[in-house]
Amino acid sequence: MLKLETTLRDDKIFDSCSVFGMMNKAGKRFSGQDVIKATVNMQERTNGLGGGFAVYGLYPQFRDNFALHIMYLIKDAISPVEEFLKSNFKVILKEEIPTKPLSSITNPPLLWRYFLDVAEDKKDKEEDYVVEKVMTINTGFKGAFVFSSGKNMGVFKGVGLPKDIAKFFCLENYQGYLWLGHGRFPTNTPGWWGGAHPFNILDWSVIHNGELSSYGINVRCLTSYGYQSTLQTDTEVIAYAADLLMRKHKLPIELAAYVLAAPLWDEIERSNPAKRALLRTLRQVYGSLLLNGPFSVIIANRKVMIGLTDRIKLRPLTAGVKGETVYLSSEESAIHLVCNDLEKSWTLEAGKPVVARLEGKS
Amino acid sequence: MKSYLLPEFVIERDDEKCIRCEVCVRQCAFEVHTYDEEDDIIVSDNFKCVGCHRCLTLCPTQAITVKENPLHFKENFNWTALVQRDIYKQAETGGVLLTGMGSDKAYPIYWDHILLDASQVTNPSIDPLREPMEIRTYLGRKPDKVQLTVPNLQKREKSSTMDYQLSTKLSPQLKLETPILFSAMSYGSISLNACKSLARAATEVDTLYNTGEGGLHPELYKYGKNTIVQVASGRFGVHKEYLDVAAVIEIKIGQGAKPGIGGHLPGEKVSEEISKTRMIPAGTDALSPAPHHDIYSIEDLRQLIYALKEATNYTKPVAVKIAAVHNSAAIASGMVRAGADIIALDGVRGGTGAAPTVIRDNVGIPIELALAAVDSRLREEGIRNQASILAAGGFRNSSDIIKAIALGADAVYIGTAALVAMGCHVCQKCYTGKCPWGITTQDPYLTKRLNPDIGTRRLVNLLKAWSLEIKEMLGGMGINAIESLRGNRLRLRGVGLTDTELKILGIKPAGE
Repeated sequence: MLKLETTLRDDKIFDSCSVFGMMNKAGKRFSGQDVIKATVNMQERTNGLGGGFAVYGLYPQFRDNFALHIMYLIKDAISPVEEFLKSNFKVILKEEIPTKPLSSITNPPLLWRYFLDVAEDKKDKEEDYVVEKVMTINTGFKGAFVFSSGKNMGVFKGVGLPKDIAKFFCLENYQGYLWLGHGRFPTNTPGWWGGAHPFNILDWSVIHNGELSSYGINVRCLTSYGYQSTLQTDTEVIAYAADLLMRKHKLPIELAAYVLAAPLWDEIERSNPAKRALLRTLRQVYGSLLLNGPFSVIIANRKVMIGLTDRIKLRPLTAGVKGETVYLSSEESAIHLVCNDLEKSWTLEAGKPVVARLEGKS
Repeated sequence: MKSYLLPEFVIERDDEKCIRCEVCVRQCAFEVHTYDEEDDIIVSDNFKCVGCHRCLTLCPTQAITVKENPLHFKENFNWTALVQRDIYKQAETGGVLLTGMGSDKAYPIYWDHILLDASQVTNPSIDPLREPMEIRTYLGRKPDKVQLTVPNLQKREKSSTMDYQLSTKLSPQLKLETPILFSAMSYGSISLNACKSLARAATEVDTLYNTGEGGLHPELYKYGKNTIVQVASGRFGVHKEYLDVAAVIEIKIGQGAKPGIGGHLPGEKVSEEISKTRMIPAGTDALSPAPHHDIYSIEDLRQLIYALKEATNYTKPVAVKIAAVHNSAAIASGMVRAGADIIALDGVRGGTGAAPTVIRDNVGIPIELALAAVDSRLREEGIRNQASILAAGGFRNSSDIIKAIALGADAVYIGTAALVAMGCHVCQKCYTGKCPWGITTQDPYLTKRLNPDIGTRRLVNLLKAWSLEIKEMLGGMGINAIESLRGNRLRLRGVGLTDTELKILGIKPAGE
């Protein structure tokens, strides 16, 4: 299936889902077995049109290289993209992503990964450089789509039930210290491989359950900051907003959460003067990035895993802690399934983030 | 010269119902009705009737009916009754035809071709009577990003929000509790009681009214924090206190009802009070030149914007109002770059106290298209955040307003709707100074008809009702903060529009 093309670039795809995140704060790597099990347990929330996983700490042998996962919808798309990569990066390694053919996974695209090095003179702004090149491939190269572009991490996703996607990508062979799992229930389009979650750009991965009523203005706002929407999904918008606020504008996570799920004006007015000024200014300046409508989302990068719900909490999200491990899940039962002796678990407050930070070394 | 004009209206009186109370005689500002004591009858002169409905609204026995004169001109698509009447008038007077209020021509009203979205299944709609629904709006220039200082870098990873201090200092922002403002209507074009009603209603609802270029009457200074003061080409009533007391200063370049031309308040309307407020001698004509004679270019506009900012020590936003014309988008971009914090766009259907009919009905473009073009252009240039957009020009109801916000407006000016709330019946005779409803007149006998307490109440009710309707529609779309609808054109669909119109409006056709 081809990418959606709209002249306004503000079309969108509706979907709904299950989300699961698991992180070892000490940075110890573990297999995806539990994440797969928990995600599969929430199969009721999916309809077989999308499943996906993100794994951090995946490629320690290439920790300083950008790992691009690219799907090719047609064979002819490969060589122009590889030419483009060669002329813009030093390609350390390229290989086909290992997959296992399954009868339930029909018509998969060609899947390749590339480990890339950025030239010395571009190193100080390598992240912007990579974003720009990813955008160029995704908007300018027909039939090619970069679905993962971080360092020491990777996204695996496609059309199918999460259990089949996990098998297809042989995820049981991988290890990571932070895993995200997603099952998708798109409601108005047949799913396509790129549209599955997690959505990723650089280190940011987003999995999401919900629907943004504010999508139209969120995407217009991000466009004026140079982000081009290629997928027309809420998830993509959330990832770009996170990238803009936290990486480019250097807002700390808690304040970025105050932008994405802004407190009510009444609550802002009740705060102490310094906090009031801060929150009011954030809302005045970033009002167009307020994510309105129901969502629960897990946003991750190599250092953190963040859970957040919309400001009136119209979708579920539960957190759990056991030792060094932090869990986030659409359903609490999925956490108990993989950890039956949690130290504590709680449902998130509306608009208040739960943040798990890496304390060890990745 | 015998006039060939025939009456526009026919007045019928049910003699059995008429109790000869003479209310109609006293109420008609155009002296249509007279009481003949000898025959004990009231006679009505159809020629003078303007169709304002004052007499029949106040008649205690509903004895009066006013109908359109069923004159059967010979059918002709070119030479309609209206065309012929206008020619008779000009042949008899040799003058420019004058009119009041917004254009009554049947130009497309795009609002009626735009439909709103609502939530079904995949996201829940929200009930504003039970859950918070925020329509608060801040007008003013916003920066591209918020900058913070981090007192201790080591704490960065684990800090609480309070460790961060704001280093961004915002330009002045103005809080509105509803995205509806009262448009510029000067003291002179409307009565002091009408001004008071607007000022008090704006204060009560916590929004803004606009002085127009009539200066500020001493009795209105106390409403300063809800006042936009205008600096127009005549510079009437502009002085330090005037600028200091206001919440916003608006430079008026143009007006939707009369783009490209100035204004003219006849000397007979310049009473003692108005003379003081406008700072011109009593009885002299108040002439506003067509252009500002110190603004012949965008760089001149910049100078005036910054002169006003300097004069008020950068404490308040400066707005620039233009009529919506063909290249509004490029002009608006220039205005933002010249330092305007707010851009007001007034469309072709915008109202006026007095304008040449030919200008009102033929110059400018509809606000819907201008607004969409300006919002898109500013976004393309990445400067939309640098100015708020106020849309004006014929807003009739809350759905027009919410559609404008979804197209990209921050808030909307209403003029005619506010007048109608105070009693106006849109007879379009504002320029005569004889408003029978006491609104667009300075005649003390007429102005006392508008009780400012009642005027205020009616305006407050209107704003409250519209605000509630806006909240209902927002909630229906699953949105609980108005900023999530602003510029969110994906929640609009067009019906019966051409591809080109859809493209300019930036919306999709219904069904797509």
